[in-house]
Amino acid sequence: MPDKLVSLSDAIAKHVVDGASVVTGANLEADIPFAATYEIIRQGIKGLNLIAPISDASADMLIGAGCCAEVTGAWVGNVSGGLGHNYRRAFEKNEPHGIMVHDYSNFSLGMALMAGAYGMPYAPTRSILGSDILKSNPNFIQTENPFHAGEKVVLVAPIIPDVAILPVQRADTAGNHHHWGSTGVTREAALAAEKIILLADEIVEPQVILSDPSRVMVPGYLVTAVCHVPAGVHPAPMTGRWRRDSNFFNDYHARSRTRDGFLEWLDDWVLNVPDHAAYLKKLGGALDDLKVKRSAPAAETNFAAA
Amino acid sequence: MANYSIQELMIVAAAREIRDGEVIFVGMRLPITAYGVARLTHAPNAVGLFECGIARYAPADGMLYTMSDPPNQENAAWTSGLVPVMSQLQRGRVDAGFIGGAEIDRYGNINTSYIGDFGNPEVKLPGSGGAADIAAMSKRLLAIMNHEKRRLVERVDYVTSPGYLNGGTGRTEAGIAGGPAAVITDRAILRPHGDDHELHLASVHPEHTAEEVREHTGWNLKDMPGMAETPPPSREELDALHAIDKDGFWRS
Repeated sequence: MPDKLVSLSDAIAKHVVDGASVVTGANLEADIPFAATYEIIRQGIKGLNLIAPISDASADMLIGAGCCAEVTGAWVGNVSGGLGHNYRRAFEKNEPHGIMVHDYSNFSLGMALMAGAYGMPYAPTRSILGSDILKSNPNFIQTENPFHAGEKVVLVAPIIPDVAILPVQRADTAGNHHHWGSTGVTREAALAAEKIILLADEIVEPQVILSDPSRVMVPGYLVTAVCHVPAGVHPAPMTGRWRRDSNFFNDYHARSRTRDGFLEWLDDWVLNVPDHAAYLKKLGGALDDLKVKRSAPAAETNFAAA
Repeated sequence: MANYSIQELMIVAAAREIRDGEVIFVGMRLPITAYGVARLTHAPNAVGLFECGIARYAPADGMLYTMSDPPNQENAAWTSGLVPVMSQLQRGRVDAGFIGGAEIDRYGNINTSYIGDFGNPEVKLPGSGGAADIAAMSKRLLAIMNHEKRRLVERVDYVTSPGYLNGGTGRTEAGIAGGPAAVITDRAILRPHGDDHELHLASVHPEHTAEEVREHTGWNLKDMPGMAETPPPSREELDALHAIDKDGFWRS
């Protein structure tokens, strides 16, 4: 099998180019690829279109760091704190510059990625009817159900992201992987995207993945690059691995209240931290406290052929 | 001095909106605890859905800062994706759903997107999340709001999540069924009343008055027939709440 294991900095440098559309959080509040967020900021990549139903503080950081031109999302903010301060400054003061937001709801963004994933020309939905999202986002068209005269439906244009950055619990070096727990729009994003960068919490032997193909999000042949990034989701949670670091989110929200405060936070946690290994070292004992320690394994599953 | 906080009263009021055996779109924050209280008291057969892709029977064992946190995953009825779970709404299988909001108007339309004109807004709010979907497609919409005059307005600037739109047959004309059933605030409970579905004052929380509620409402709020005081949380409801909220997150 091809070896796709590369460093996170190489994967970002090669596959996340200026102006790319990037899925930066497909699993709502869990599995947000913060390690990739930080690396994008370190590399100074510009003009990104961030695609995520909810990406918690990740989008706010990328906006504040000047990496983001557009957000394609349903909810942009800090889950713990509410409105993101950088998001607000970008809108109200064009600081560091203005951004464009493409309004979706969670379900309609899921439908758009689903249409992209399955090669559908559009996805029809009963949602968005009655919402002004129909007016503020031209990627929705209200029409009549051709199978049922007089019934209103909304057509959602497909989204095909350039890159999806997807954290998973474990992967082999060819990109075959297991993901468990709720998945948000991860599968749709993975199948829709032109490229997939996998952030593996753990690298395992191929047989571990082959032993349980039901837990595979998409097969490894669709994956472009595999990065071994333990706790790459920090401060977001990952089922069976990491709890949410609420203090970290709260600290970010408080410190980013002013532009200067945000820039200090950015120096502290991103720009003066050379890579993910240094970030984990900086977290120190706090990271150990966030580790899921109890074991609650699933029942054994038999895949024997005979 | 009451032996409960206003947040606890709101949680209990929200729990009472959940009927036994119903499928509930739970969402985030306060309704997570409300779902748990309902399950432990009058609605032991309710099912909870979470848009991250989770269905649950028993409430999570452990504090949930977000619906995706590990305690909501362990012993879930289903950990799936957003599209399969939210499609339960579109399939017509969700009895009631909770949402919050920055602004609500007299017909229950909710704005979480833009203050001012959306082409040139004064403030850009975080957006819909799942709210527009829950509002359009659940059978009963339950909204939870802080009761301030700037939040309960005559007409929202932008309809993120449709209520009764312009009232009357507005929802039917837009092609959607259901609609807001209750708005639970920190002062009162409002419900739609009459053919035009305008929100009326259904009950006032203990230690608050109808006059005060009206002062903090941006339209001429009328009383619903039989308007009364919101019953305070019972001992059983508070015990259930404290069993779920072990850290006292909602008590302060």
